[in-house]
Amino acid sequence: MTISLALEQLLNGIQLGVMLFLMSAGLTLIFGVMGLINLAHGSLYMVGAFACAAVAALTGSFWLGLVASLACAAAAGAIVELLVIRRLYDRDHLDQVLATFALILIFSEGTRWLFGSFPLYLDIPPLLQGAVALPGDATYPVYRLAIIAVGALVALGLYLLIGKTRLGMRIRAGESDREMIGALGVDIRTLYTLVFALGSALAGLAGAIVGPLQSVQVGMGEPVLILAFVVIVIGGIGSIKGALIGALLVGITDTLGRLLLPQLLTLFMDPSQAGMIGGAAASMLIYVVMAVILSVKPRGLFPPAHA
Amino acid sequence: MKKILVAATMALSLGASGLAIAEPLKIGMITTLSGGGAGLGVDTRDGFMLAIKQSGNKDITVVTEDDAQKPELAVQIADKMIQSDNVDLLTGIVWSNLLMAVVPGAVAQDKFYVSTNAAPAALAGAGCNKLYFNAAYQNDNLHEAVGEYANKSYKKMFILAPNYPAGKDSLTGFKRYYKGELAGEVYTKVGQTDYAAEIAQMRASGADGIFVFLPGGMGISFMKQFAQSGVKIPVMGPGFSFSQDVLPAIGDAALGAKASGQWAPDFDTDVSRKFVTDFKAEYNRLPSIYALQAYDAGQLIASAAAKADVKDAEAFRAELLKADIKSPRGKFKFNTNQHPIQDIYLTEVVKKDGVLTNKTVEKIFADHGDAYAKDCKI
Repeated sequence: MTISLALEQLLNGIQLGVMLFLMSAGLTLIFGVMGLINLAHGSLYMVGAFACAAVAALTGSFWLGLVASLACAAAAGAIVELLVIRRLYDRDHLDQVLATFALILIFSEGTRWLFGSFPLYLDIPPLLQGAVALPGDATYPVYRLAIIAVGALVALGLYLLIGKTRLGMRIRAGESDREMIGALGVDIRTLYTLVFALGSALAGLAGAIVGPLQSVQVGMGEPVLILAFVVIVIGGIGSIKGALIGALLVGITDTLGRLLLPQLLTLFMDPSQAGMIGGAAASMLIYVVMAVILSVKPRGLFPPAHA
Repeated sequence: MKKILVAATMALSLGASGLAIAEPLKIGMITTLSGGGAGLGVDTRDGFMLAIKQSGNKDITVVTEDDAQKPELAVQIADKMIQSDNVDLLTGIVWSNLLMAVVPGAVAQDKFYVSTNAAPAALAGAGCNKLYFNAAYQNDNLHEAVGEYANKSYKKMFILAPNYPAGKDSLTGFKRYYKGELAGEVYTKVGQTDYAAEIAQMRASGADGIFVFLPGGMGISFMKQFAQSGVKIPVMGPGFSFSQDVLPAIGDAALGAKASGQWAPDFDTDVSRKFVTDFKAEYNRLPSIYALQAYDAGQLIASAAAKADVKDAEAFRAELLKADIKSPRGKFKFNTNQHPIQDIYLTEVVKKDGVLTNKTVEKIFADHGDAYAKDCKI
């Protein structure tokens, strides 16, 4: 294996990790602050992708689509919080899982009703098309580098928001003691709606930036959601830092596993079998990593201090 | 008064039964109408219903249910359709893993199954069954054709498919005819959305051609990412990788891709032109290869139902075997294992009047059967 292939795969791993971070940041924030398991997070990712594709098709501008995806996902999140989620905070996790699972079905069928069963088309904006040269003779798509940059910016933005602003202080306070900050006169209901809309917007952003790389179709959110849950469990549920580290870990493990395991197995068996078994083993790898991490640190890498 | 009513009712019921020339046939269609694979199921349903509608046979009823691309759900629906809906015949499943879960149970309960797409090797060879027909192909066929085509100008192919029965059939089929060297052979997860790692491997492998079998959304993701990667190796695949259901979503990235198919929308025959026109008139879009296959399955079932009663399994089977239909793909007959013997063509993705579609380039195989028929003893 050449250096350029290794570098390219590392970038691919980071890019997948960054995308997972956008998903899991919202998920872990919502769980950390409100104690809510939101299965419908993948649906908000889908809403973002569809909003971006629809607006981009209508106006011809990816950037307007991106704005629309943030707005639509945040609005959808806020509406869902006001109508449904608000009633679930005091219920146990099973009720939350049931209700948010129902939301998945509603979102999926609603989207199908609006857009039909066929995947939508969404292309990369002209500014980010093409590829840049890597050391060696490899190239790397500009768009994937842009995704990494967006992820880094969002991580920085979240760090500043949570660490340095009044809103962030309230979010942290909400994580540590919900009743107390309510008693101190903070409008906890509005705070919850805001946090939920913020998490939703991040999911929508992830959907929109992934749209040009993948197929924008109904049900696109669920596979990502499963990975996002793996990420937040590895990172420690409720921790943004954990989500970032966990996402990068999962992204890199998954990408390198897909590359290296089949190659490793070709040492023992013929290439066709190695491909089949290596491929199957690679798809289990992140779950193995999760199991190992949880056996050493049962509450994840960065468990929040309070819980 | 009462007597008159009774007499009238009796007369009416006699009249009704006298009118029924063909025996009623109840078809259970299980297909994927939700989730990522829904585009394939919708085309299957629409193509099938078009054929049933055109047959004008009012005694055929179709009940349709969504399997959500889940094997366990497909089995439940099949059981329900057989046991409480009393269907005579099942059809419509898109995916080979679902088909493998449903067909053995259905034929064991003496129900016909006519496949509109999935055709795993296991049901074409020793595991074939008198009640199981396939109106599409055998899974390996289209991949075999690309393997044969690749021999012409490619020496070092990189091949990729998802890790499930049809994916394995695919690469097996390709390798059966391809004589050159393999630069790589990769199986990906079913439903995988990111192919960056595989594309980097393709570049590094020094391949001069790439064969991918990635149906539905997987193919859309792959082709878009491949186009952006700057890798300039020619891509080819079986017809479903570039079928009409995915082309609009892939966009211009698909232009020039070579594929194989038993039919393409540009076929220059009256039957094919009529099928495309009728399908467009009914559903306002171009038919995909899935729509064609389901259309032929529908025609096939209707042709048998017009001449035989499905309750008389032997007679009904004999009618199905005749394949007495006008298929848009042209010649069509059944092999000994009840899978088609047909011509297979090379197609290329082109833009025609602003719409991406497949153009026929040349014939790869004439009267092509499958490698498993010799193991089938019926």
